[in-house]
Amino acid sequence: MAGRAVPNTEMTEMIGADALMRSLAKEGVKEIFGLPGGANLPMYDELYKSDIRHILVRHEQSAAHMADGFGRVSRKPGVCFATSGPGATNLLTGIATASADSAPMVAITGQVPVKMIGRDAFQESDIIGMANPVVKYAFQPRTPQEIPETVKKGFYIAETGRPGPVLIDIPKDTQQDSADISFPEEVNIRGYHPLSDPDISNIERAIQMLASADRPIILAGGGTIISSAFSELQAIAEALVIPVVTTFKGKGAFPENHPLSLGPIGMHGHAEANKIMSEADCVLAIGTRFSDRSIGTFEEFERNLKIIHMDVDPAEIGKNQTTNVAVVGDVRMSLRIMMTLLKKGTAGKNNQSVWVKRAREMREYWQENLKVPPGEMVASRILKKLREVLPHESIVTTEVGQHQMWASLFFNVLEPGTFFSSTGLGTMGWGFPAAIGAKVAKPGVPVLDIAGDGSFNMTENSLATSVLEDIPVIVFLMNNYTLGMVAQWQRVFYERRMIGVDQKQCPDYVKLAQSYGAEGIRAESLDEIGRAVKTALGNNVATVIDIPINPEEDVLPFVAPGTSLKEMVLPS
Amino acid sequence: MTILSIKVENRPGILWKVTQLFRSRNFNIESISVGPTENPEFSRITIAMHTEGQRQTTQIIKQLNKLIDTIDVSHLDEHKTVFRELAIFKIRINQASDSMEINKIAGAYGGKVHDARRESIMVELTATPDHIAAFEELVRPFGIIEVARTGMAALQRAGA
Repeated sequence: MAGRAVPNTEMTEMIGADALMRSLAKEGVKEIFGLPGGANLPMYDELYKSDIRHILVRHEQSAAHMADGFGRVSRKPGVCFATSGPGATNLLTGIATASADSAPMVAITGQVPVKMIGRDAFQESDIIGMANPVVKYAFQPRTPQEIPETVKKGFYIAETGRPGPVLIDIPKDTQQDSADISFPEEVNIRGYHPLSDPDISNIERAIQMLASADRPIILAGGGTIISSAFSELQAIAEALVIPVVTTFKGKGAFPENHPLSLGPIGMHGHAEANKIMSEADCVLAIGTRFSDRSIGTFEEFERNLKIIHMDVDPAEIGKNQTTNVAVVGDVRMSLRIMMTLLKKGTAGKNNQSVWVKRAREMREYWQENLKVPPGEMVASRILKKLREVLPHESIVTTEVGQHQMWASLFFNVLEPGTFFSSTGLGTMGWGFPAAIGAKVAKPGVPVLDIAGDGSFNMTENSLATSVLEDIPVIVFLMNNYTLGMVAQWQRVFYERRMIGVDQKQCPDYVKLAQSYGAEGIRAESLDEIGRAVKTALGNNVATVIDIPINPEEDVLPFVAPGTSLKEMVLPS
Repeated sequence: MTILSIKVENRPGILWKVTQLFRSRNFNIESISVGPTENPEFSRITIAMHTEGQRQTTQIIKQLNKLIDTIDVSHLDEHKTVFRELAIFKIRINQASDSMEINKIAGAYGGKVHDARRESIMVELTATPDHIAAFEELVRPFGIIEVARTGMAALQRAGA
């Protein structure tokens, strides 16, 4: 990699690990999620002496998810530590998850000493080679002098442009050796140009295209949340009077109780959102990569649809969809320019009242007519109850599975940028450690993980971290003792040949929580759920709310894989 | 044939990152060559590939540009570019007249003859991939014992 560090003449003798801690402190790092081992002991010895807080995890995957959750909420890279070999490979799933969802992260691993690299040493793994496809960049400094510049570049890469994870793999001798070390004030990477100024003429064309469309729509993706373009998005939607749908990753970029909101599109999108998206003739797509889960079949989606695509990553333009107008740059800046041009009256506003009325009617129709299964303890009623009692500013994460998609359908996000999920990689076990990371980033607000039992099982030992490190979060466990999403597909696509999905009433989650010193509450009715959430909100310890649900309940409606958004499967 | 000329940081592991990108994005490399540039800080990787139209070409260029170690990527126009491959053929000599025949063909293609022996002859050829393929067809009847080929080196003509 390129690059010239702006030299700083002040040199101090110190070991590499000391230089690492000082560099992290200079980046403003206050917390590190990690687990020590042989190859990162020098770092831990310096961490012992530093003011940075260490948060001990029980598995490195959780350290990466915590750093990810921290990064998504604070928009600064979360930092995780792991040792070489298995410590590093355990991080990989978490790094890949952050990569798929463009979350800023700096993962720092120990490595065997430089002379041992390539000799199959104990706990040696080629983590640079393994991680390369899922990181924005990977470094392996081989002298202590390189460490400050590497850290500075790592943070710069992780948090600028389209954010993502960076790996810094540091051999043990590089950590231990002493050298005269200086700290650069800034770095310059000649092959990296994270931001380009949006092309104003293209924004003007976009405005013209929206104004001349009969059925325009805004599709807000995860990039809208990453760049915090909430007020800009709302201003544009209101100025142009255009209905707003989101991707699942973009859920909550726009308040879901807003009159122009129709919620997420996609495989597990709202019926009204998928219907109205299918009828639109022009879309302003903001910070989205047009994933198959969001738009169904690529060919069908772009048919009869003019696409205006705003994105910070030029490689996303034209990757999955043919774009009519592309605006490359930070989407918040692009939307601001658009708003300025609109105020100047660059284009006349079209009267789309018929279309807006249609969108409103669509929303009202589906909200009233979507069939809900009988009984009290069904997903939609449970999540609506949660919404009633959970303060709007609370941060919500989810695990991965049916509960996640029910959250997409039935849990309205009212405060922009408060909902986070593993949407790209779909990593089971993400929600709970990510919630812990989110709580570290924003200790003043309640943090709740909408969970399913299968996903929670994967990282439930993070309860120890939550309790012992005093990071209280709430696990809202929709428990069907089943790998429910797989079970649903086996029911729907494999004629009920159920295999590998039954968790057989194991474990008892109340006792599990209690065994870690957390609180466990079983809630078997909507009233009990309401009371349990209120109790949990007042608790200063992690609380698991175990909510038994019917293992036969499906996520409906949904769009089957390989089909278009029009072909939604509805509840019968 | 799409020819991409990629200027990258001259550091270990970068060729691997470029080929890894082709693999993970499901693109196929036809030939590849790499070497230092006029500035030792950079290497130039020349990749020849078959693409399924403009969209795929644009996509691979964008993905290559996204690599932080990439300085720039150019899509070379075949008609405005000098591009050559090096090939070395070891060809069987079956009868005395073969040697002269092969020498003649090599001469016509601008090839150089090395290591002429009673049983075999070696011909070095620097040419476009098409010319090398044509030469190969002509000498195939004699019997090709071994071939070694490089990837392509390519530069756009001045003013093109």
